[in-house]
Amino acid sequence: MRAPERIQALAAFVIKEMRHILRDRQTLTILLLLPLAQVVLFGFAIRTDVNDIRLAIVDAAPDDATLALRARFTGNGRFRIVATAATVDVLEPLFRRGEADVALVIAPGLARALADGTPARLQLITDASNPNTGTTMQTYAGAVIRTWQAALPGARQGVTIEPQVRMLFNPTLESVNLFVPGLIALVLTLVTAQMTAISLSREKERGTLEILLVSPLRPWQIILGKVAPYLLLAFANVVTALVAAWVVFRVPFRGSLLLLLAASTLYALVGLALGVLIAARTESQRTAMMGSMIGTMLPSTLLSGMIFPIASLPWPLQLVSNIVPARWFIVIVRGIMLKGAGVVHLWQELLVLTVMFTVLLAVAIRSFRARLA
Amino acid sequence: MNQASSPVVLEGVRKTFGSTVALDDVTLDVHAGELFGLVGPDGGGKTTLFRILTTLLVPDAGTATVLGRDVVRDLWEIRRRVGYMPGRFSLYPDLSVEENLRFFASVFGTTLEKGYDIIAPIYQQIEPFKERRAGQLSGGMKQKLALSCALVHRPEVLFLDEPTTGVDAVSRREFWDLLHDLQASGLTIVVSTPYMDEADRCDRVALVQTGRILAIDEPGAVGARFPRPLFAVHGVPRHATIEALRAFPHAVSVHPFGDTLHYSDARVSLAPAQVITEVREWLGARGIAEVAVTPIAPGIEDAFMALMGDESDATTAGAA
Repeated sequence: MRAPERIQALAAFVIKEMRHILRDRQTLTILLLLPLAQVVLFGFAIRTDVNDIRLAIVDAAPDDATLALRARFTGNGRFRIVATAATVDVLEPLFRRGEADVALVIAPGLARALADGTPARLQLITDASNPNTGTTMQTYAGAVIRTWQAALPGARQGVTIEPQVRMLFNPTLESVNLFVPGLIALVLTLVTAQMTAISLSREKERGTLEILLVSPLRPWQIILGKVAPYLLLAFANVVTALVAAWVVFRVPFRGSLLLLLAASTLYALVGLALGVLIAARTESQRTAMMGSMIGTMLPSTLLSGMIFPIASLPWPLQLVSNIVPARWFIVIVRGIMLKGAGVVHLWQELLVLTVMFTVLLAVAIRSFRARLA
Repeated sequence: MNQASSPVVLEGVRKTFGSTVALDDVTLDVHAGELFGLVGPDGGGKTTLFRILTTLLVPDAGTATVLGRDVVRDLWEIRRRVGYMPGRFSLYPDLSVEENLRFFASVFGTTLEKGYDIIAPIYQQIEPFKERRAGQLSGGMKQKLALSCALVHRPEVLFLDEPTTGVDAVSRREFWDLLHDLQASGLTIVVSTPYMDEADRCDRVALVQTGRILAIDEPGAVGARFPRPLFAVHGVPRHATIEALRAFPHAVSVHPFGDTLHYSDARVSLAPAQVITEVREWLGARGIAEVAVTPIAPGIEDAFMALMGDESDATTAGAA
């Protein structure tokens, strides 16, 4: 076949594929509305930032310094003081009954310690029954203490804070801002990896792949024709997610839209290659669906840092998270959206995704044979 | 016809899937312009044979050529020049009749218009429904669409895997008429079927059973391969007749065929009248009523049953 005919055949394939997508109205509607629904639902439901933190203060010997510190908490809109006591004995019943979220324990002699430059002892106790909000509350309280500390005259390095909470690192202050990048990754994974896997395995199941294989179409034409329409759909989804995030939650967008779309394309290509790979290795739509669920959706949600911070994962899972494309993509999107980061800052992550794409594509084309079996 | 010009040639082709032998030492050649039938029960290896010829599978041993090209080495040239209709309806149910046809034309680097004259006799029958989704067509119409899609790029050899399975009797007859028209235009056609009665519509047939070719011949000549005298036997009750006949010392085979039984006798040189008398007496003595015995000419199905029997005997003997 000559080159113009190859292009014509590819174009016919893309048109055919778009017809499949457009005629399956229900799936198309779901796919188009998905980013919107996800941004709204996740944005409202899984917020890890907290307001109205109930604070108990144990101040054994009040002096100027302790009062100043307490005033910092009172003045901060997020904290509401539910108890002030002289001994730590009150804390346990308060926590157990769920009447306090955070306790600040100030050791006696704070003012003198500050004046002498000897270590002053502050203790933060946080209800970490919900580790995510616990960490956030811990972070807020720590921030208040640091502000207070920064305003101290002179010897400010003398204060030692002893946080008492299961250590979780979450640098967040506004969770919805952090979720949107994760959601973009999730939607892209769904539309690219899962939909391609399903659509390609459908051809297998229907027997149409057998006819396509007997035709002069080369494997690259079949793969390209298959993924091109989904790339368009992925683009539409990224834009929907960004607009929804801005309209509903005023999530800032500080970086380059062009860079974000380019990075999304790269990530979508990784997903598409994964989808082709999954379809090549599975026999039915159902197994392809399960395969893409376990192989792409779950890691993209759980091991990507979208919901659970990577640092809070057990070390074997931290290692595994390195091969999850979403992990790198989320860093890129967060960087672009929230910090206005450019290629200079993100080249490593972009490089990782490029390498992943190259490897996956090579493996996918190898597994997608020109013959059966 | 010499082998060099045969469009389809298989020599010693063997294909196994795990421990299952799908094809075992298959050798055959199909002549140019021939309507060649692969006849045999499901699971006999017919589909595997098609998949090797259409370059979808690689044989474990032996060679196969289509249009003089090797199915392993020259797959891209073969794919351009053959048409294939798999056993299952394999078109896009959510695309219309015309969209399916135009898609497959483009895939082969051609257009519906360029291939129109070759498919016209078939396509014109479904053209009034060209806007209809392929999934909503009747069985016979789906089959015509699939055939049009397999023909639109003007293939030189057409492979049809059980095209009439699951199609009503009238559509089946029409379909074979279409195949004869196509053959008249010079196309070489290889078609498989599990129906013995369709074998008569082929120029030559290969009887396929458990991966082996039992016989290759013209349909009429295959029946003549039946090695023994054959009789149609009628008796009431039918089941008791079968039992009694099978117990007859000279019986080689007793198979039900419609209303009657086909009985073959071991004594090849004995006069048919003598066999008839003995069978009537044997059955009468066992309480069978309305006994009628007439000598008949063996058909392709009789030959197939006999060959299958020999084959399984040989297999058993080989295993023992």
